[in-house]
Amino acid sequence: MKSIDTKKEYLDYVDQKSPNSPILKNCFNAFWVGGLICSIGQIIFDFCQYKGLDTTSSSTIVSIILIGIAAFLTGLNIFNKIGKFAGAGSLVPITGFANSIVSPAIEYKSEGYVMGVGGKMFTVAGPVLVFGISASVIVGIIATFFV
Amino acid sequence: MDFFQSIDWMQLLRCFVVGGLICIIGQILIDKTKLTSARILVIFVTTGVILGALGIYQYVIDFAGCGATVPLLGFGANLAKGAITEAQNSGLLGAFIGGVKASAGGIAAAVFFGYLASLIAKPKIKKQ
Repeated sequence: MKSIDTKKEYLDYVDQKSPNSPILKNCFNAFWVGGLICSIGQIIFDFCQYKGLDTTSSSTIVSIILIGIAAFLTGLNIFNKIGKFAGAGSLVPITGFANSIVSPAIEYKSEGYVMGVGGKMFTVAGPVLVFGISASVIVGIIATFFV
Repeated sequence: MDFFQSIDWMQLLRCFVVGGLICIIGQILIDKTKLTSARILVIFVTTGVILGALGIYQYVIDFAGCGATVPLLGFGANLAKGAITEAQNSGLLGAFIGGVKASAGGIAAAVFFGYLASLIAKPKIKKQ
């Protein structure tokens, strides 16, 4: 076996040895599961509109219901199985954000409710909120002065 | 039931296709770049804020409805839209209030349901 000297050679070696992930199949699964989650959202949205709610409230209700479903399925350990199958299909919709909060909350329960559940809840969602909210504040400041 | 007759099936199809395509982008990022899922979520939300701020994402929302708002890009776009609207109404204060206000429902729901789930569910022991 030839020796590995540089980082690049090592990366090539890893690429060669690691199984090729079947990207087409993954993309197909991500496509239909993601599309399905969005369609469920659309049906809830249509129902809210049918009941006479405005667009903003309807979108918020869609988010809350999808997050609730995702939290429930995470608690039953079903969401992780969907996630393994669908990859980005369940990660990219708002369900992925919900799962990123609920999953560590359950997992770190043993460390107590304050620092375990309360603290570890934001291990993944924290960065999302930090960058999302910071970016929105910057956008808001720009809008205040230049628009 | 009246409601099922009122569903716009073309709208639902556009929603399905666009939502699915956005997820494919995420899947390609996962498979090709070895980014962690946290980074991918951050990239999606931040991109959503930028696209929302530039007004581009509104066209996608108009076209695909929930196919655009349910993915995290829509969460980001919603943050940006809230910040801009509120900034125009109440100036600099609005820049700080708007984003979170617009997405407060989702954030509060995630935190609340997360806490609730942790009360009920038992942590699983990882089986390999």
